[in-house]
Amino acid sequence: MDRKGFFGNWGGAYIPEVLYQTFQELNAEFTRCKNDPLFWQEYVELMSTYSCRPTPLTYADNLSRHFGGAQIYIKREDLNHTGAHKANNVMGQGLLVKRMGKKRVIAETGAGQHGLATATMAAKFGFACTIYMGEEDVRRQRPNVFWMEKMGATVVPVTNGSRTLKDAINEAFRDWVTNVDDTHYVFGTVCGPHPFPEMVAWFQSIIGLEAAEQIMKYHGKMPARIFACVGGGSNAMGIFKRFIPEESVELVGVEAGGHGIATGLHATRLSGTDASPGVAQGYKTMFLQDEDGQMKETHSVAAGLDYVGVSPILSDLWEKGRVRFESATDSEVMAALDLTMKKEGIIPALESSHAFVQAFKEAPQLTPADAIIINMSGRGDKDIFTIAHAFNDPSWKDFIIKRGLEYSQNK
Amino acid sequence: MQLEQQLRDSLEKKEILLMTHIVLGYPSFEVNREVIRQMVENGVDCIEMQIPFSEPMADGPVIVKANQEALENGTKVTDCLAFAAEMTARYDIPFLFMTYYNIVFKYGEKSFFEKARECGIKGVIVPDLPPAEGESFLRLAAENEIASILIFAPTSTGERMQELASHGKGFIYCVARRGVTGVKSVIGQDVAEYLQRCRKATSLPLAVGFGIQDRDDVKALVGKADMAVIGSQTIRLVDEKGAEAVGPFIAGLR
Repeated sequence: MDRKGFFGNWGGAYIPEVLYQTFQELNAEFTRCKNDPLFWQEYVELMSTYSCRPTPLTYADNLSRHFGGAQIYIKREDLNHTGAHKANNVMGQGLLVKRMGKKRVIAETGAGQHGLATATMAAKFGFACTIYMGEEDVRRQRPNVFWMEKMGATVVPVTNGSRTLKDAINEAFRDWVTNVDDTHYVFGTVCGPHPFPEMVAWFQSIIGLEAAEQIMKYHGKMPARIFACVGGGSNAMGIFKRFIPEESVELVGVEAGGHGIATGLHATRLSGTDASPGVAQGYKTMFLQDEDGQMKETHSVAAGLDYVGVSPILSDLWEKGRVRFESATDSEVMAALDLTMKKEGIIPALESSHAFVQAFKEAPQLTPADAIIINMSGRGDKDIFTIAHAFNDPSWKDFIIKRGLEYSQNK
Repeated sequence: MQLEQQLRDSLEKKEILLMTHIVLGYPSFEVNREVIRQMVENGVDCIEMQIPFSEPMADGPVIVKANQEALENGTKVTDCLAFAAEMTARYDIPFLFMTYYNIVFKYGEKSFFEKARECGIKGVIVPDLPPAEGESFLRLAAENEIASILIFAPTSTGERMQELASHGKGFIYCVARRGVTGVKSVIGQDVAEYLQRCRKATSLPLAVGFGIQDRDDVKALVGKADMAVIGSQTIRLVDEKGAEAVGPFIAGLR
């Protein structure tokens, strides 16, 4: 980090004045936590007793054999409590909130995993909790909405703008400026104003720290490549951070190609050429925007990747050539998901499946002496409605129709 | 003439000034034109024209909707600049741009200020650009004799206010309360004390906005601040009763 809160040309804290004081406090508390080894110890302890850390690194022998190239390893963030890497960041911020003495947390959510993790943390720590979620995502991720509400959170569907993640972020900021005294905004990804990118990357870095140890144990040397999907970029930063100084390890971020980059219906900020530098949602990064600076609509089958901006840390690593960016289309994602379920009995989330797509493209180019790691950021069960719909699964459809009838008759 | 002096001259004749807000292109430039005419004819002292942005983070529902619809109507930054030039040529009061930083950033700070100056704009309000991130912005504004209007919030400490004031020009925009635009503020003891703190921190004129909606609100600010800012309320009024309702509303505020 160069200038305060900047990673090269990217980042900063473009915040309204009303939040200035609270950011001062947040920065001070975060600095204290970073410098206190007992804090990290407490965090790891919490994650190993409440969540499932360390998460396993699974050797995918059937997939490895299928592609006949690199040895494929999967980092199992799906086995975290609440089913995704989001828990890492949320529990860490929860500890921070306790130290700051705030009583209420708010969060934005796209796929619902961050909202779910935040609702869980709030229930455990006794905080009031409000989750902002784009109306479109509420529709796409009904099961997560159900669980958030069951855990006592209020889920507010956001009807402004494109009704997805960026609009939920705006709405959460509006809540925060109103209730700043007692409320902490649990930002879900490595974006937003400083110190969030750095803070979230710090909590998520636990993924890479574990993965480095595990791959050394199983494979005896560093992996050749690491693949992670990139929405905001938190799971990617989580696994990449430890490996950035390891020059032999190629880091690959996979963005949502949607219906294909040429169609304009995608969310590729760093792998395509449609994005340009901008400042919104509190930070400077590459945004999908028009020539006036108005944000564009994005598209992905995966709600968690459907976002106009990207981590300023990743923009910096992209600019410096340290991370390579690729994209996967919706249909490639469904094929990779199908293959992974059939070969390994593992169900990656639609978001995570993007990383699988690119890993499958590259595995055959490598040799069995090489290992690659796919960061499986979350599990796919949450996407059952979307996945079943995309597979056009007849027995699932039949079930829904019958259940619907049952409900409408018993009204 | 510089913005601050222009406001001070008006303050010679009035006990409190009025600033109003419009969102450019909402519901149309045609209606903007009529609304501004009514505002100026009924004694408004300053008008902030918001260049719409797709992510208006600091605004409440009324202005958010106006931003969104202005963009859906196809409003472009170049249209806003042309409209501004037309208004400043027609009326003597100072006109300001309010927008979010990305609009300026994407246009290019240097080109934006040169163009704004050419259009006769006197000041800019950009709520998501703190001075720490706005070094070149503040410099280019000054070079083009456009006032960078900075914002005080109730959460700002005295020290912070002084720091902000050292970068501010024209006047200080004091946000009356925590929150976003358009929610009614009660001008009570808290606000009075807050405005005293603001006054202590700067000799620039003080404008108070966020939730100022009627004659009582404006009256309550007399002696405590120099200018009352009416934002969402006129937009709401135009939505409900049309542009012609604006004149009588403004006339009834003082």
